[in-house]
Amino acid sequence: MEAYLDNSATTKVSERVMEAVLAAMTDYYGNPSAMHSMGVRAENKVREARELLARLMKVGEKEIYFTSGGTEANNMALIGAAMANRRAGNRILTTQIEHASVSNTMAYLKEQGFDIVALPVDSYGQLQMQALREAMTEDTILVSVMYVNNEIGAVEPIEEINHVIRAVNPSVAFHVDAIQAFGKYKIYPKRLGIDLLSVSGHKLHAPKGVGFLYKNDHVKVKPILFGGGQQDGLRSGTLNVPGIVGLAVAAEESYTDFDEKQKRLYNLKELFVTGIQKIEGTKINGYPGRESAPHIVSVSFDGVRSEVLLHVLEEQEVYVSAGSACSSHKASISPTFKALGLEKKSLDATLRFSFSTFTTEQEICSALEALRETLPVLRKVTGR
Amino acid sequence: MYKAFLIKYGEIGIKGKNRYMFEDALIRQIEYALRRIEGSYTVTKESGRIYVDTEGEYDYDEVIHTLQHVFGIVGIAPMVQIEDEGFDSLAKELIAYVDAVYPDKNFTFKVHARRGRKNYPMDSMELNKELGSRLLEAFPELKVDVHSPKVNLYVEIRQRINLFSEVIPGCGGMPVGTNGKAMLLLSGGIDSPVAGYMIAKRGVVLEAVYFHAPPYTSERAKQKVMDLAKQVASYAGPIRLHIVNFTDIQLYIHEKCPHEELTIIMRRYMMKIAQTLAEENGALGLITGESIGQVASQTIHSLYATNEVCTMPVFRPLIGFDKQDIVDIALKIGTYETSILPYEDCCTIFVAKHPVTKPNLKIIRHSEENLSEKIEELVKTALDTKETIMCEV
Repeated sequence: MEAYLDNSATTKVSERVMEAVLAAMTDYYGNPSAMHSMGVRAENKVREARELLARLMKVGEKEIYFTSGGTEANNMALIGAAMANRRAGNRILTTQIEHASVSNTMAYLKEQGFDIVALPVDSYGQLQMQALREAMTEDTILVSVMYVNNEIGAVEPIEEINHVIRAVNPSVAFHVDAIQAFGKYKIYPKRLGIDLLSVSGHKLHAPKGVGFLYKNDHVKVKPILFGGGQQDGLRSGTLNVPGIVGLAVAAEESYTDFDEKQKRLYNLKELFVTGIQKIEGTKINGYPGRESAPHIVSVSFDGVRSEVLLHVLEEQEVYVSAGSACSSHKASISPTFKALGLEKKSLDATLRFSFSTFTTEQEICSALEALRETLPVLRKVTGR
Repeated sequence: MYKAFLIKYGEIGIKGKNRYMFEDALIRQIEYALRRIEGSYTVTKESGRIYVDTEGEYDYDEVIHTLQHVFGIVGIAPMVQIEDEGFDSLAKELIAYVDAVYPDKNFTFKVHARRGRKNYPMDSMELNKELGSRLLEAFPELKVDVHSPKVNLYVEIRQRINLFSEVIPGCGGMPVGTNGKAMLLLSGGIDSPVAGYMIAKRGVVLEAVYFHAPPYTSERAKQKVMDLAKQVASYAGPIRLHIVNFTDIQLYIHEKCPHEELTIIMRRYMMKIAQTLAEENGALGLITGESIGQVASQTIHSLYATNEVCTMPVFRPLIGFDKQDIVDIALKIGTYETSILPYEDCCTIFVAKHPVTKPNLKIIRHSEENLSEKIEELVKTALDTKETIMCEV
């Protein structure tokens, strides 16, 4: 049976989202900035979406800025906040396990003259708080830490981080990449002290190409896109009405029976982890239980290359992703794996299994079955 | 302003009585290439000259780029064609031509007049002299330099008169279709597309074979090979690509033979299969991207061992090339970027830690005896289940 266990890469659009998107494309297709009633109808839909998201996170409607997705939200938050607060200081803190849309943006800011410090994590992917305390200075203008790590599902102690950094510089801008977390955890930015929060739609059954940035009203951010001045001039460009409407429906769906859904995901995870632990030569990276995200499990396999195992699983209709692709042509070892201190042999022998509300027990069992079947053969053939 | 192009061809000009065949093949290739781009073109042959005439709107850069992908073309001269309405009119046209093409007149030049028909009232020397002096009158900044002029102005008196001064280099070689067909073993690496390009450049029609090992190699690896075939096809014309599923053969060899010999034995079977495909499709040779000593399977001993299974010639145009030379050509023909995409191919996955570098044919043959039970059947299945697709731009 087909098992799609790559939900951290992207998810299937839900039925209701699809209908909402279709309606947006066919019924209220006006430009929300247009003056006539067609525009007003579209604008109302965007407003409803904004209101809904604001309500779910207990923030102000005006604090939601729609973007083309998570990457843009991260770029906008980091570059925008760095540039806007340049006079207050030059130091920016982040972690060694951020997604490329953060780490590469940091690399860009470094080129622009900012002092970037990437903090270490422990072997479970948890930020080392002592390192944070030592690195945090009064002239630190921005701190960016992800909520849930995309490769091993580690959950960072956001609230604690907030306390530590505010104790040194109360006006520091705190950015959280919540792309893997939104919809899996109830996140209330104001309660956690988060100033900037990035969300992507397609990780929670909305279409690709839409996301948003929550920006606390008091935090200064300069725009990185210029144009017609939409969304208070912070994010110019015609609003992606179908995407925004889809994102709102998807968010609403994931907040319906939230606790039940989260529990169900943890049960699936437990089923999978228990199965994996029974297979010889496997190792779970990060916490296997409720200390980490309910939908991401990273597993290292002895004696097989992840790319090969991935394709062998694919043949059994089990779809997963390789943390790092390492081929003979070009090594691309994940910086996250390095930061975790993964053994050398595991660097290119690690797969990520990720679930969603659509994932079934049957899929988990199929994946485990496929692994039990193929691993021994594969180890024999391609063993090193 | 240019409405026509003069096509210069080198080698095929010297092919004696077969010349018309080569010219016709070149015309076919030019027509085929131009069919892919917007605009309407006619390709004509007139006493040892090939012309491309344009009709209506066309994109100059696109035409040049396209013609630069046609083997057999040495140079492309964008030209202005005028009717013969007497010398004064010719001089006027030439002056207008120079004015339009060279806004800055501060250069040295020489006029090269040639008469395709000798009944023109002036001879070439007179034409050179007279046209030169008319130009100097019109543009006093110009200077004549008969030894190493900056600009050579060609004036060809034929039925009509051709004016041109710029010759854009073509890629040379011979028109595809004038030298039979060969089967290229295409792997997805840097070398094999370059090898295919080089043989096609000698006028050979290409067919290609790719050995796919699903699920050990991915759909993307296959797509990559199809993309490479397409890029080579932008020069070589349409390429039929045979995709052979090699997994079971590989697994069987892995099961039955010593692991350090895997690569050699695998390559021997690839050659055998390629040869069968070549025979079935009227190809008279195989093409590989091998280069002596590049990897364990390309030492001279390994080449000897691999070659032994082939009865038809194996063309290895890169045999004496250094890697960098090959990379340079790959960059030039545009296959490099695709070639370096990092997908596992079947050679990199089923590879022993220490493959033999000096295989002994006797030992290899002996190992292959272990395969006798099932190998023929597996090869047959691989051939029967092959997928054939047309790769063209």
